[in-house]
Amino acid sequence: MNAAAVPSVATGTKAALRVEDLSLSYIVRGIPRPVLRGVTFEVKAGESYGLVGESGCGKSTTAYAAVRYLPRNGVITGGRILVDGDDITKMNDEQVRLFRMRHASMVYQDPGAALNPTTKVGPQVVEAFTILGQGKRQAEENALKALRRVQIADPERVAQRYPHQLSGGMQQRVVIAIALASDPKLLVLDEPTTGLDATVEASVLDLVRNLQAETNAAVLLIAHNLGVIRTLCDRVGVMYAGKIVEEGDAATVFENPQHPYTLGLLRSLPRRGIRKSQRPLSTIPGNLPQIGTPLPTCVYVDRCPLADELCRTVEPPVVEVGGGQWTRCHHRDRLGQLAEPPPVGGREATLGELNLTLSNVSKTFHQSGHDVPALVKVSLDLHDGETLGLVGESGSGKSTLAKTILGIESPDAGADIELDERALAAKAASRPTADKRSMQMVFQNPDSALNRGWTGRQILARSVHKLTGLRGRAVNERVDQLAADLRLTQRHLDLKPRQLSGGLKQRLAIARAFAGDPRIVVADEPTSALDVSVQAAILNLLSELQLRSKTSYLLISHDLGVVRYLADRIAVMYLGRIMEVGSSESVFNGPNHPYTEALLSAVPNVDAEDRHRILLSGEIPSPANPPTGCVFNTRCPRVIRGLCEVVEPPLVEVEPGHLMSCHIPVDELRRLQAKAEREDLVLTTPPESAAAAAAQGVDELA
Amino acid sequence: MARFIARRLLLALVTLWLLATIVFIITNVLPNDVGRTILGPFAPQETVDALNERLGTNRPILIRYVDSLRGLVTLDFGDSFVSGKEVFPQVIGAVGRSAKLAGLALLITIPISIAAGLYAARRRDRPADRAIVLLGVTLSSIPEFVTGTILVVVVGVQLGWLPVLATAPATADVLTQIRFLLMPALAMAIVYFGYIARMTRAGTIEVLQADYTRTALMKGLTIGQTMRRHVLRNALVPTVAVIAVQVGYLFGGIIAVEKIFNYNGMGSTMLFAAQHKDLPMLTAGVIVIGIVYMVATLIADLIMAWMNPRIRLEAER
Repeated sequence: MNAAAVPSVATGTKAALRVEDLSLSYIVRGIPRPVLRGVTFEVKAGESYGLVGESGCGKSTTAYAAVRYLPRNGVITGGRILVDGDDITKMNDEQVRLFRMRHASMVYQDPGAALNPTTKVGPQVVEAFTILGQGKRQAEENALKALRRVQIADPERVAQRYPHQLSGGMQQRVVIAIALASDPKLLVLDEPTTGLDATVEASVLDLVRNLQAETNAAVLLIAHNLGVIRTLCDRVGVMYAGKIVEEGDAATVFENPQHPYTLGLLRSLPRRGIRKSQRPLSTIPGNLPQIGTPLPTCVYVDRCPLADELCRTVEPPVVEVGGGQWTRCHHRDRLGQLAEPPPVGGREATLGELNLTLSNVSKTFHQSGHDVPALVKVSLDLHDGETLGLVGESGSGKSTLAKTILGIESPDAGADIELDERALAAKAASRPTADKRSMQMVFQNPDSALNRGWTGRQILARSVHKLTGLRGRAVNERVDQLAADLRLTQRHLDLKPRQLSGGLKQRLAIARAFAGDPRIVVADEPTSALDVSVQAAILNLLSELQLRSKTSYLLISHDLGVVRYLADRIAVMYLGRIMEVGSSESVFNGPNHPYTEALLSAVPNVDAEDRHRILLSGEIPSPANPPTGCVFNTRCPRVIRGLCEVVEPPLVEVEPGHLMSCHIPVDELRRLQAKAEREDLVLTTPPESAAAAAAQGVDELA
Repeated sequence: MARFIARRLLLALVTLWLLATIVFIITNVLPNDVGRTILGPFAPQETVDALNERLGTNRPILIRYVDSLRGLVTLDFGDSFVSGKEVFPQVIGAVGRSAKLAGLALLITIPISIAAGLYAARRRDRPADRAIVLLGVTLSSIPEFVTGTILVVVVGVQLGWLPVLATAPATADVLTQIRFLLMPALAMAIVYFGYIARMTRAGTIEVLQADYTRTALMKGLTIGQTMRRHVLRNALVPTVAVIAVQVGYLFGGIIAVEKIFNYNGMGSTMLFAAQHKDLPMLTAGVIVIGIVYMVATLIADLIMAWMNPRIRLEAER
């Protein structure tokens, strides 16, 4: 691409980071495969710029190129990267080192891995200051200040810990403290909150926003979660196959996308409270082009519904839309032709027969002499054709509950799990085949759930045979039926899992779960490893299958959009207890248990929906030593002192079909929450409980 | 930490007991008639009976078992069937000599191999790395008796730099002893160079790719600082584990090297005992080697716990 095609850049403040027509290849078996095909953007000091796109689009490569930390086979083949005017692509190793030391910092996806496991946290932060030439005493002082600056309440104590003794949120704060030590001009954040719990994510995002205002650094944020980008970024670039296809103010791009890919991406998200009974999600047909495929014209041409001869022969120019927004599309005027899937009627859930009831299910693990209750007196039921969503942060017991239902874990004595009013054996091994057949599971990671040595057909045939006892021809017919249900072709069936894309693999895993016509399918984060466009297709398939087979789903997900789309009822868990259960509408519309309220408010939202903010302090308490009374009292912004920490509230029906475990009467909650919404309040944990919770957070983990 | 060591020692005792039992089963239970096994099929029955009487192997099996366990506790494994002298001091002497040889071999090989492994990891896929890896594979695939023989012929005979026999005169000082041991130690060191260097290289490459190494480099640390402060400690944990296993193996004596250099270490002693069906000697030897193994792994565990706080804190629980 020639320089004239580079989008014009607003003049005025000098850009802290300017990437100009950057091309980059990975050398694979001696052949350069282009990954970036002329990326141009700039970030001004104090501004935050987000790069979004699905996996493989080159956004992370761009981020690492901006700090010159490329894999060994990565080669910059063209363009420049200017940081504060200096071209870092021309620097030698020592210059790069000094550049990283003084001007650039990075925050990474997995903070646990980003800290040296064999060194205490303190010295690792101190080092970021000594490297700048500070004396030991001064560096130590500054390190404590840095830890305090990232809102670590007790820096002296945290400094004495090893990384694995801190929670994920704390680890990420430490990494941020290190990153800010040099007061960098450029701060690159690579998926900084992926893998963190929603409430922790919210607090880390808040922290980054506040610090950014303070430091005036240029922030480059990489995230696959559009909500995170919307929350944190001023401007956003949408990447596809190594090129930015659209750029503009985050609000404008997300509200009024001007490129078919951006539009497809946004429409495949379950947003604005849409539910499976209303309409299917949009999907983007096809796959990302293989790395290294030559794409001389529009990079999106193979998947674009608007593509015509022009798109195939002429590279689309940068089209200014106004307000700093531009797109690389010939047919911006025809975007209106891209229709969303039509609404569907008659899909309103009709409650089927009751099939599964859990009463009084507890599960206590025994760890080096301690009792760790993972589930405490859980009672739930599930009806035919219904989806029950399980939400809650890590450690809330969602997965343990699923495993207990499936018989992978046996519950404590006194529990009762009934399928069709018949008690189920505690252990899967002692359940008859019919019971095993009734309950199947879909896992988060299809890679580890499918036998990699087998073809799709072998995997399905074995499950069909094992679960139904069919033989010969009948097995093949059933396999073909399953494949057709999941839109898998005969060709897909002859491939081994590693030859399939993530979405196809997950479809195969779902087909496997459905092999024996199950009554109940437990889906544990079934789409969280997938890109949003693929996720949309999987969610559509799941709801279609359910409609046809009347299978019940137990859906575990941290993505509330997914839960809202698919679930008919939702159970909210905290520390192994059910805090609230109700229909999807009642849980999303409130009134809510204060924990649910906090959880809902924490989700970074792509639509910038106006919700009042709840900032929870401290960490989730250790299940080994749960707080007295209501387990949420140490973090609850609406805690009633003298009551909540003494008496555990029972789970009672507050409205028809809506159960809650809270001392505050439901009408009072309704009033308080409406008021908070109206006045856009920011609620926080009261200081005295916050201090107690923070102290506990450190101690428990030690 | 004390509890961790105590627990490990207790476990070691149980392992020793199991080992002693297995040895007892092999030497006393499986051969129906010990005297006959020693003397062979053509000896007259009276001689066999007399031998069994003398060795006490005609007593009931349970009593012999209790007796052997008592021997284990008091470290009295009885007298040699061959020389008639007490076996334990002989075994200790042999293990001591093997230890000298093994110690020297490790002293030579550990620093060189680790340095080579680290260097190779930093120059990954460049000529220096390729050369080290190739050299390591080549050297560790040549058996020590071949290396030993070549050393004897070249260094000992042709060049005449070092003595071709390993055993120094009884009165020799330490330096002379080392001079005598140098060549066999070298033969063993060469074999282990490959293992240790490759292990170090693999561990280091893994740690160099770790996220925390990236954090260190992003702080602006030089590659040298990063290696010293962040890479080494993490990278060497698997290497320490490998070395610990090899120590036990080396102390057991490398029979081929001992034979070539005519050195009376553990390997020769055990071979001689096996050839002459000297059961007490064999028993004592196996138990002593077992103890060496356990001590070596315990020390390795302690080193690893020191290197990795995760293991250490787990152990302190």
